[in-house]
Amino acid sequence: MAVEATTGAELILTRRSFRSFMSEVFGPLLQVFLFVVGSAVALGGVVILLAVVLRGTREDIDLLQGTITILPQVIVDGLVRGFLYATIALGYTMVYGVLEFINFAHGEIFMVGAFVGAFFGAALASSGMLTTINPILFVIAAVLLGMAVSGLLAMSVERIAYRPLRNAPRLVPLISAIGVSLVLQDVMRMIAVNTGLGFNAQFRTPDLGQPLVLAHMPIADERTIPVSVDSRSLIFIVVAILMLIGLNYLVNITKLGTAIRAVAQDRPTASLMGIDVNRVIAITFLIGGALGGAAGILFGMRVGTINPYVGFLPGLKAFTAAVLGGIGNITGAMVGGIVLGFLEAFVASYLSLFTRGQFSGASYADIVAFSILILILIFRPSGLLGEVVAQKV
Amino acid sequence: MATDNRQVDQPASLWTQLRTMAGRGPAPYVLILAYAAIVSALLLVNPTTGLGTDMVVVLFLLLMFVIYRAPTILAFKLTLGTILLAVVMPVFGVLNPFYIDVVTKAGMFAALALGLNVVVGFAGLLDLGYVAFFAVGAYLWGIFSTPQISNIVSGMEPLHGSWFWLFLAIGLAVGAFFGVLLGLPVLRLRGDYLAIVTLGLGEVIRVLATNLDRPINITNGAQGIKDIGRPPLFIEPVFQAFGITISQVQEYRLYFYFLVLLVLALTVFVVHRLNNSRIGRAWTAIREDETAAIAMGIPLVRMKLLAFAVGASFAGTMGVIFSALQTFINPPTFDLLRSIGILSMVILGGMGSIPGTILGAVIVTLLDLQLLPRIASELAALQRRGVPIPAWFDPAQYQRLLFGLLLIIMMIFRPEGLLPEDRRRQELHHDEPEPAPVSKTVKPAAESAQSAEG
Repeated sequence: MAVEATTGAELILTRRSFRSFMSEVFGPLLQVFLFVVGSAVALGGVVILLAVVLRGTREDIDLLQGTITILPQVIVDGLVRGFLYATIALGYTMVYGVLEFINFAHGEIFMVGAFVGAFFGAALASSGMLTTINPILFVIAAVLLGMAVSGLLAMSVERIAYRPLRNAPRLVPLISAIGVSLVLQDVMRMIAVNTGLGFNAQFRTPDLGQPLVLAHMPIADERTIPVSVDSRSLIFIVVAILMLIGLNYLVNITKLGTAIRAVAQDRPTASLMGIDVNRVIAITFLIGGALGGAAGILFGMRVGTINPYVGFLPGLKAFTAAVLGGIGNITGAMVGGIVLGFLEAFVASYLSLFTRGQFSGASYADIVAFSILILILIFRPSGLLGEVVAQKV
Repeated sequence: MATDNRQVDQPASLWTQLRTMAGRGPAPYVLILAYAAIVSALLLVNPTTGLGTDMVVVLFLLLMFVIYRAPTILAFKLTLGTILLAVVMPVFGVLNPFYIDVVTKAGMFAALALGLNVVVGFAGLLDLGYVAFFAVGAYLWGIFSTPQISNIVSGMEPLHGSWFWLFLAIGLAVGAFFGVLLGLPVLRLRGDYLAIVTLGLGEVIRVLATNLDRPINITNGAQGIKDIGRPPLFIEPVFQAFGITISQVQEYRLYFYFLVLLVLALTVFVVHRLNNSRIGRAWTAIREDETAAIAMGIPLVRMKLLAFAVGASFAGTMGVIFSALQTFINPPTFDLLRSIGILSMVILGGMGSIPGTILGAVIVTLLDLQLLPRIASELAALQRRGVPIPAWFDPAQYQRLLFGLLLIIMMIFRPEGLLPEDRRRQELHHDEPEPAPVSKTVKPAAESAQSAEG
């Protein structure tokens, strides 16, 4: 009987049709793509409308033209921010899915990833290989290294600081996670300051190429300005998409993914079915941490300079993104990240333009992110894609 | 009062015998008086700043704790505590200004932590943005007592220092108002969401404080507000009448010391009475089981809001005092680390326990302001003498590490805190057998003693 049952299950697994395989791996990405286009069109429409309405208020520049000129750049910025939040948010949402616990230290896992990249760059530079190494090879090696270190770190944090508290009241592991976050920040600072990398560490990379010029946008009399995508942003987007495809494959197709989903759905029953729950939870932390670490590498590569406190704000916003998409839902985390990234990019770029620089957009973008978090939690606590579930008593 | 007069079957250990001996008859009075006399004498005879005096100050604060736990009558505890805090400490403060500053700060943070304890300990709502209300109070007095106010209300002059007393009450009201305002949208959320949202709100307040120098200059942005007004010194004539002449700086030091002491005593009284009231029991019920609390007819949102508002109002008042004490505030004063610092005071001492929270606040403040810098300077001295200590190792630089380790270790090994509340201890250790009753006989007596001085 038992033998027959196993072979049956394996048959089902192997006989997955090509169509269902594609829909399970690329379906969520299609959804993300729709949200990307939707956010870009909707927000772009809103700012153009605003520009038309407010056109007369500024004499010094043509508001409409200014708006349209920077629009492609803002959309690229939104994409990069969106994928940044999406990759970090996946770590929050996967851990929340299996443990119903907010891994507060996830932002620091991300920061450690960024520092691993900085150390890697510095090591190559000191051995003189930085200028000769193939840029693509460098990116791949850095991302894999960051994924490995951050993933293992997340797993050990779980083992040391969370597992002993698994059956404690809710707030106990959360407070422990806050502690982990502070410890990681200061330990990383200690390491960075004493290894010559410095508090503000420079992320050194080989020459990653010129900005990619997409088009030339005409402004006033026969002058044009190029619409370009920074090569680092492009790397960010490409690597993030590849990782999302990989994650979808892992979670939706493989046996391990089935186990993760089973544990998320019902831990006791999953353990009765022969799933090693502790191992699955550890692997979930490993995957979430690895994604966070890769995001850290890409982030560091893009901004150039990092410090040990750089993980706090992206971590908080990625949590917002996870809640926005529906916490516990993997596609939701990606969608939430994209939407939040676009909103922030638009606020950061256009708020100063529309208010004559009275309000600095970059600072108020943070406030916008938290306002969204609060509004979502009040009006739709289940998020954009989440299902409404009754509270377990 | 709480003598251990049960029949002991097996021969008691040496420790128990000593304990029984020291806790019976006149022994505790004699011992405590001797302890108090020695520590006071040491403080007053040698008031130089140094490692030795640090130790004596720690012993002095430990004495307050011993007085609180001692099996003596309440009148004795109150008298001795008052003499030590109101006479010995101020005189020592005149001789050496450094330590009384630390003690004033410790008192202020104890009052703040007690406010947070209402929210986190009594009602079980994890508030990670508590410092926001502190900032609101500080900026309130900061703006109204400096020319900053002229930017907002044109033609209005900065308020005179004597308005400070009124602003203590206004700070209370504004704090409560902000508590309700921020609490209203988020209190329907479950515990861990609430933590993140309050964290976000704390950040929002800090970002606002940094950026509200445009279009109207309200907070003076990142430069902060300086020359904040102080209340007039009404104690000056009192000192002159006694023929004591000390500088104005020292007078202010004593002034704020007594002010903080008074506010702390009031806070302890209010929090203690609240906890033992109908409202306090409702909070406990909510903390233990929300669903059951609703079923028992407790108005959930109203009670949570009340807890939030009470905690916020304490923070608002302490903010007013803080800005007058420091005379300078800027946005980084109110960052997340301060919220976490106050939270670790509550957790170290024991969530929900009033004496525990005060103990936690004193320990954390001492570590932060006095002991860590002292250890750092002692290490540096050793290093100069050739002891191989790495140059980068500076304990005063690693507060985050300290707070972080404190939080993790407390959560794993003693989640109920150093001086736990009874109910919380039972809740966290429900699956373990009851501890042997030896230590329990002393406890209820000490707790029912209602020592308001801590």
